[in-house]
Amino acid sequence: MQSSTTPLKPDVSRREFLKTSGGVALMITGTGLMPLSSVTSNANAATATSQNAITAWVELLKDGSLTIYSPATEMGQGSMSALPIIFAEEMDADWDKVTVKFAPQQPEVYGRPLFRGVSQMTFGSTGVMSYFPLLRQAGAQARYILLASVAKHLSVDSSELTTSPNKVIHASTGREFDYGDIVSFLDVPNVIPTIPDDQLKNPEDFRLIGKNLPRVDIPQKVNGTAQFAIDVRLPNMLYGMVERGRVHGAKPTLKNESAITSMDGVVGVYRLEHGVAVLAETMGSVFPAKHKLDIEWSDSKPTGFNSADAFALYEKILDGNDVPENIDGVESSKVLIDDGDLETTKANAAKTYRIDYKNDYVYHAQQEPLNSVVQVSADLSSAEVWIGTQNGTGAQEDIAKALGIAASKVTIHQQYLGGGFGRRTLSDYGVEAALLAKEVAPRPVKLTWSREDDLHYGMYRPATLQRMEAYTDEAGNLTGFSHIVVGDGERLIADGTDIHGYNVPNHKAEMHIVPHGIRVKHWRAVGHGTNKFAIECMIDEIAADQNIDPVEYRKRLLEPRALATLEKVASMANWGETLPEGRAQGVAFLERSNTLSSGICEISFDKDSGKIKVHHFWSAHDAGIVIQPDSVLAQIEGGVVMGLSSALDEQITIVNGEVQQSNFNDYPIIRMHELPESIETEILKSSAPPAGLGESSTPLVACAIANAFFTLTGKHLRHLPFTPDRVKQALST
Amino acid sequence: MVAYTIDITCQKIDITINNSHLLEAENMALVKININDKDEQIDVPEETHLLWAIREHLGLTGTKFSCGIGACGACTVHIDGVATRSCITPISAVTDGQKITTIEGLSSDNSHPLQEAWIEAQVPQCGYCQSGQIMHAAGLLNENSKPSKQEIVKHMSANLCRCGTYMRIAKAVEIAATSDEK
Ligand code: FES
Ligand code: FES
Repeated sequence: MQSSTTPLKPDVSRREFLKTSGGVALMITGTGLMPLSSVTSNANAATATSQNAITAWVELLKDGSLTIYSPATEMGQGSMSALPIIFAEEMDADWDKVTVKFAPQQPEVYGRPLFRGVSQMTFGSTGVMSYFPLLRQAGAQARYILLASVAKHLSVDSSELTTSPNKVIHASTGREFDYGDIVSFLDVPNVIPTIPDDQLKNPEDFRLIGKNLPRVDIPQKVNGTAQFAIDVRLPNMLYGMVERGRVHGAKPTLKNESAITSMDGVVGVYRLEHGVAVLAETMGSVFPAKHKLDIEWSDSKPTGFNSADAFALYEKILDGNDVPENIDGVESSKVLIDDGDLETTKANAAKTYRIDYKNDYVYHAQQEPLNSVVQVSADLSSAEVWIGTQNGTGAQEDIAKALGIAASKVTIHQQYLGGGFGRRTLSDYGVEAALLAKEVAPRPVKLTWSREDDLHYGMYRPATLQRMEAYTDEAGNLTGFSHIVVGDGERLIADGTDIHGYNVPNHKAEMHIVPHGIRVKHWRAVGHGTNKFAIECMIDEIAADQNIDPVEYRKRLLEPRALATLEKVASMANWGETLPEGRAQGVAFLERSNTLSSGICEISFDKDSGKIKVHHFWSAHDAGIVIQPDSVLAQIEGGVVMGLSSALDEQITIVNGEVQQSNFNDYPIIRMHELPESIETEILKSSAPPAGLGESSTPLVACAIANAFFTLTGKHLRHLPFTPDRVKQALST
Repeated sequence: MVAYTIDITCQKIDITINNSHLLEAENMALVKININDKDEQIDVPEETHLLWAIREHLGLTGTKFSCGIGACGACTVHIDGVATRSCITPISAVTDGQKITTIEGLSSDNSHPLQEAWIEAQVPQCGYCQSGQIMHAAGLLNENSKPSKQEIVKHMSANLCRCGTYMRIAKAVEIAATSDEK
């Protein structure tokens, strides 16, 4: 049966297979899976592949060893293992013979299906989800070529051949060919068909997918050899740092240039639009020079802005009789979702609930401060960039633009990322290094942000206010609700206002954008962290008012696959059983990147200090087919930890436009002793296509804690984070 | 001078960093150090922090920079077997005859019991904090070869991991501490 749904070009032309000295690079999907319409991209792909024998998914050598290229970046999420495993599974490769390398930035060849030809960006937990069909097909086509070559070599029909790991077998004559042996007589058919879905491996027969293979990057991460951009050292390299405005957008005037340039080891001082840069011969001399810069800063948009006051403005926008667009500070308003008929639902409601939720700014705090190394050629016509980025394509384009050269003249050397969490989809730290490297070309420049730089000039998850309104009928059923979010960051705050997984017929979501000039950005799970907090807490408040257990109340609303995760987690946590005095459990459900997740936490708190202690966290997830179960568990555990940290402690505050925190002394990240006694996770078995899992657990945490606190005390925590002061304040209401 | 308090293992710890050298870094000196059992000489300002001498002058980049104020442990190395934060240790504070060990000196082939345990428990995510975690754990095992779970948690609370690998770190230290019993 032919698969009829695929809009992809069915054949691969022969020239995409390049013989290299020791083997062959199979350009399986170089053009094979290009959308039919992208003729120019096809041409680009052909050029890209002909320039470099290694621009392919796989390279097979005569000794049977294979190199598989991973198109996504590696920041701990495990894509560098999971994606090649998908390919190797369908190719029937021997995983022990596989080496994994990062693919170069060639979106025409390696771009994700939805962004083919545009981007190889790694974001939103979508790596496995978006590459799964593509890599299965590519692996199956690699296997097809090997089979066809042996068939021709033996003058038999391909259908008489089978494979076992790294071998083609002709059972009737007992002849076997190692994949490496085939290289010498590899004969690529003129037309390589799309392998129909029913000829791909039956998931029951997977021997790599769904098993726990050790992650390929881990051995290098226990002995210091894993190379991050900050570790790159080039001959004759200079070290750079930039002093940026404590108020974002402020413009610098340097007062003491000669004092700086006369310092030992200092090579030069350079003005950027948003800061002043120093280049020096050593890291030891660039730090003191940066320290000594005397800069006068202009006012800018955030001057006068206090994050604590933002909520009063947000409330005014929602409370006033004026249309929000007419209120000073509101840039735009937008209806995001309008399902069913909310007006009628509201008019017919037996009861209406109206509750506001808030959240403060939070910071990514990825452990590796931003940095990059750039070398611009002496004639300024090209650049080499060593960078850890979630978006190599974007880095390439932004750096090319800053240097005034073509993107094709910028080579990105992708390095491991010391954490991303959304911060590293923007490569401003690569652009800065490039501008400095241009000044001293061809000397390479390593630009390092100090932790203080990384935090002060951070890009935070924006503060928002959510006004929730919910309507129930006589029986207490939720008939509809309205969700209005106010804050800065457009798509950042729109994300997660949906109610996927729930069956609520009438639902409207709107947003009002209020720019403050503070840099904001995607932060693990983006708007889910805040919007789901509002949705899930509101559901608990309604359930309590209706005297219905919150798990029971959700069961009435959830669709079957979502419900299965809730039932699973309820049984894991023994939901409903009597707990020790002073303890309570809280529940939450949400969908993120197609993964359905339910979580329960068990908490207690200390009345005197106001500190909440989370004792246990359970979660159950349906993420479709899972490639690397243990790696997924690690993501969920880590996500819970990050969720706890951000729900309980993390807070960026801004006074008169200035970020008040500086480093881990005043921006505390959760430590081991603050962890729950257990974090237990179940992944439900599913044959649905893979979904994204890296961000699923983080947003569950705050909702579950607030709901547990409500059960325990009858008081509400409606403002993230739940700092001890806020806990005490809630108790005193 | 930078002074601040961090909350580690429910204890408040005051840290004062003398960083006055940041303003005067001009006394270049030929410093001799013994690192990973090798004698090295480097020409650096005397007050350069050990971290930068290790990373940029000696090229041992397994030791990481993250906070620079002693709060995270990414830069942990051993001085005579004691886990030490190299980002706040001026190289002049390392005295003659002291031995420095970095992650590169722990083993040449991932055979240290902690490295084996780290692989077994599949601890690292992004990996950036992990050299520091392993060196900090090795410092604990040097002092106390059979730490209890509580002692592990208390000791390891000094190091931050944004990826949240703490559960696996604790497990791996336990595995390593009992590896000779297998
Ligand atoms: S970098 Fe030394 S403790 Fe953080
Ligand atoms: S593994 Fe990423 S910070 Fe620890």
